[in-house]
Parts: sequence; C-alpha cells; structure tokens
Amino acid sequence: MFAIAAAVLVLVPLLAIFLYLLIKGIGSVNIAFLTQTPKPPGETGGGMANAIVGTGLILAVSSVIGLPLGIGSGIYLAEYGRNRFGDLIRFTADVLNGVPSIVIGIAVYSLIVVRQKHFSAFSGGVALGIMMIPTVARATEEMLLMVPNVVREAALGLGISKWRTTLSISLRTASAGVITGCMLAFARVAGETAPLLFTAFGNQFWNLKLNQPTAALSLQVFTYAISPYDDWHKQAWAGALVLILLIVGAVAAVRITTSRGMMKGA
Amino acid sequence: MGVGIEVHGLNAWYGKNLSLENIDMSVAANHVTAVIGPSGCGKSTFVRCLNRMHETIPEARAEGSVKVGDMDVYGGGSDPVEVRRRIGMVFQKPNPFPTMSIYGNVAAGLKLNGFRNRKQMDELVERSLKLAALWEEVKDNLHKKSGASLSGGQQQRLCIARSLAVEPEVLLMDEPASALDPISTSKIEELIFQLKQHYTVVIVTHNMQQAARVAEYTGFFLMGSLIEYDKTEKIFTTPADKRTEDYITGRFG
Repeated sequence: MFAIAAAVLVLVPLLAIFLYLLIKGIGSVNIAFLTQTPKPPGETGGGMANAIVGTGLILAVSSVIGLPLGIGSGIYLAEYGRNRFGDLIRFTADVLNGVPSIVIGIAVYSLIVVRQKHFSAFSGGVALGIMMIPTVARATEEMLLMVPNVVREAALGLGISKWRTTLSISLRTASAGVITGCMLAFARVAGETAPLLFTAFGNQFWNLKLNQPTAALSLQVFTYAISPYDDWHKQAWAGALVLILLIVGAVAAVRITTSRGMMKGA
Repeated sequence: MGVGIEVHGLNAWYGKNLSLENIDMSVAANHVTAVIGPSGCGKSTFVRCLNRMHETIPEARAEGSVKVGDMDVYGGGSDPVEVRRRIGMVFQKPNPFPTMSIYGNVAAGLKLNGFRNRKQMDELVERSLKLAALWEEVKDNLHKKSGASLSGGQQQRLCIARSLAVEPEVLLMDEPASALDPISTSKIEELIFQLKQHYTVVIVTHNMQQAARVAEYTGFFLMGSLIEYDKTEKIFTTPADKRTEDYITGRFG
C-alpha cells in the first residue's frame, strides 16, 4: 500500500509542474515564438527561435564531449578498473557529480572564455559536457557490471578479442541501461542555466557559430523572468514549456529508435 | 577433423594456490574423453587451461606444455584469442548472448572476427544448428526470436552451435548438462556422440554414468592431480588405483 501511495506521490510534483507550465505557457507558444528572434524591450511579439537553436547547438557540443568520455571511462571502470587508479577515477567522478554547476561554469569561464577573450557556444557546451561525464560514466559502469560474467566468457571462448567482447558483447548487452544513463545526463544538463551564464552568455540575435555568444532557452527564460515586462514574463513561461517538451521529445525519440534496433540480426 | 591434445607438466594457480599439479595427459583425436572427479579437484581448471580461458580470471596463471594438433598453446608466439578460436568451449550454464537473435548468436563468433560473406555465413549457421540438433526447432524463428527466449536445453544446444560455427578442431565441454533436465541431458549426450566424427571432445562431468555413456577415455582427477587415465571401461570396471575405485563406488566425493 505504502509503495503504491509513494509511487502516486512521485507523479504529483511532475504533473503539477507540467500542468502549471502548460496553463501559464501554452498561450504564448505560437508560430512567431518558434520562428522569430526576441524583440527589443518595449516592443511586443518576437520569439525564442534563436534560443531553441542555441540550446540544440550547445547540447550537441556537450554530447560530443560528455558521452564518449563518460562511456569510455565507464568501460574502463567496469572492465579494467579493479585497482587503485579505478578507485581514484570513481571518487573523482562522484565528487565532480557533486560540484555545483555554477562552479563548473566559472572554471570553464577562466579556462576557455578568458583565454579566447569572448563568450561562446563552445565553452557552454564544454561546461555542460563536463557535467554529463560523471553521470554517464557511473551509469555505464553499473550497467556493464550487471552483465553476467558467463556472457563475457562465452565471447572470449569463441576467440573474440577482449576489446571486441567489451564493445560488441558487454556494452551491447548493457546498452538499454547505458542509453538510459546517457538520456538522464542529457536531460539534466539540457535545463542547466548557471554554467551557461559565464560561457554561452546568451544572445538576442541568431548565432550558429561555435565561437560566438549564443542564446539558450534556459538563459532566455532566466533573463525574461527577472525582467520588469509582463510580455516577457509570458514568453518566459512559454520558453520553459518548450524546453520541457523538447527534452521529453528527445528522450522519447531515443527510446523508440533504440528499442527498435535492439533485436536486429547480430 | 579433430586433432589430438598432448599435455605435459601442466601446473595452474589461482593466486598462490596451486590447483593443478604436474598433469600429463594425451587426448586422442576424434574421440570423447571425460574428466571426472569430486568438486574442487581441478577438472574444470584443467579444461580451461587447454584453451587459455583459465588466465582470464584475475590472478590465475598456468605453466607447462599443451599441444593441440600442431599448435603450441603456451608457446612463445601463441595468441590466446587464436587458441580459443581453434578450441571451442561450452560452459556449465547455457550462456547465449541475451540481446541477440538465434541467428545472431550462432553467427556472433564469425561476425566479430570480421567474417562478411553473408551467403557463406547463412550456410555455416544452418550447418552448425543442424550439427547441434537444434535446426528443426528454430529454423522458422532464426531472426525473430532471441537466444534467451529458448528453453534451457535448447539454449545449451544453441551454445554448442555457436561454438561449432567458428569451426574449431577441439570442443571442450565444462559440465554441459549439469543445469539441464534428463530429457535435455540425453539429447546433449546423443549430440556429443555425433560430434566426435568431426571434433575431438573433452567433457568435464561429475556424473559418472554420463562419463560411462559418452566417453571412450576417462581421466580421474583428485586434489589437482590426475590419478588415473585409461579407457572408460577399464576405469569403471577394474581401476588400477584404490582412490579411483573409492570414488566410482561412491565412497567419497
């Protein structure tokens, strides 16, 4: 009984947030919002198209950095990491997971932004990518450790090399869980605002260049929400709603495509 | 065709524990040889040394001479991956690759070793499944069903087919029927009897009736040593060593 009650209670905050966003935001989500850039203060209308694309750009950079590094170190930890060095990596990953996101933003600011002398989509992606690594690494490790050793032995016994066994047998057997870990990390950083304040910075105009300041939905929502204009408040709600829908959409799309690919051939 | 196996002075360790001591044994080509003995006597370790699976366990190592046909298993330039490709292994518990179809399981060893010819692969998969006496039961669901959806006995025959698909010269079986029911067990035994036409088979078993049924030669292991090795008939009727007699008459183990 308690378990059922707990499960229902877990649904409440998510549904409440989503419904509230829907009520507040849906009225301002329209074609202009999805296709136009922000209007100057004082003018009504305009949209967040540049921020939607900017978020996509930053997340692409962060995934290119965070997923391979995370999965790679997770493989190391599970298959070769039963030693001091492995323990060190595990400890580092857990600490990194606990570092406040704004601290990561400041670190990337001083390492990249200060040196390049301007804010950029790239530095924002690096900050979010760093945040993805520990989640992805630990999820990959846990999932690989759940693959029964007899499965590895079966592959080695067929004369399949160790690295081939790891990639094509162990990782593949664990793929559903690894993908879940990746999506969790992705969804988590997709809404991050603090690390982008000093890195991607935000931009009222279109930008598709990695080395230029870039708008992001989370940043735009933040800027609009603390502004004094009523119209901007409405757009902030709409931005938050679109952000959540995009994350849900991305996660669902990955889930559907990967669960279909699972049973094919070898 | 199968090849013979010559073992000389084989020692194996787990960490500092010597678990196999100075084993000498020669296994005849195209025959079934059984390895029997009580739990912990080193019989599984012995077969795992033959294809260098023993060393995949952390801190485990082996020394000595093992020759399989013309291949020097522990020789200087020998590659354990190549050794294992030529010496197939079937394990105690059926262990199909859970995310792969039946076809995928049988073809895995070929595909992951870079084999690309689709038509030849189809033929090899069919031949291996037929040799493993599983073809009739699965031929309509090769791609549709996962290997893990089969029954335990079918899974074990799938694992045998998977080993055969890479065309080994020797097949090692580590208690292949101990997790199966009597009907599945008899199917596997029948299969082992067929397989010796093409392969040399070494089977570990703690079931003495099974050894008597399937093997021409039997070796009795006790506490890491090979106590007696002879024709199966001789081992089970007139063993030379008192300890062998005690074991087969059920006085211990």
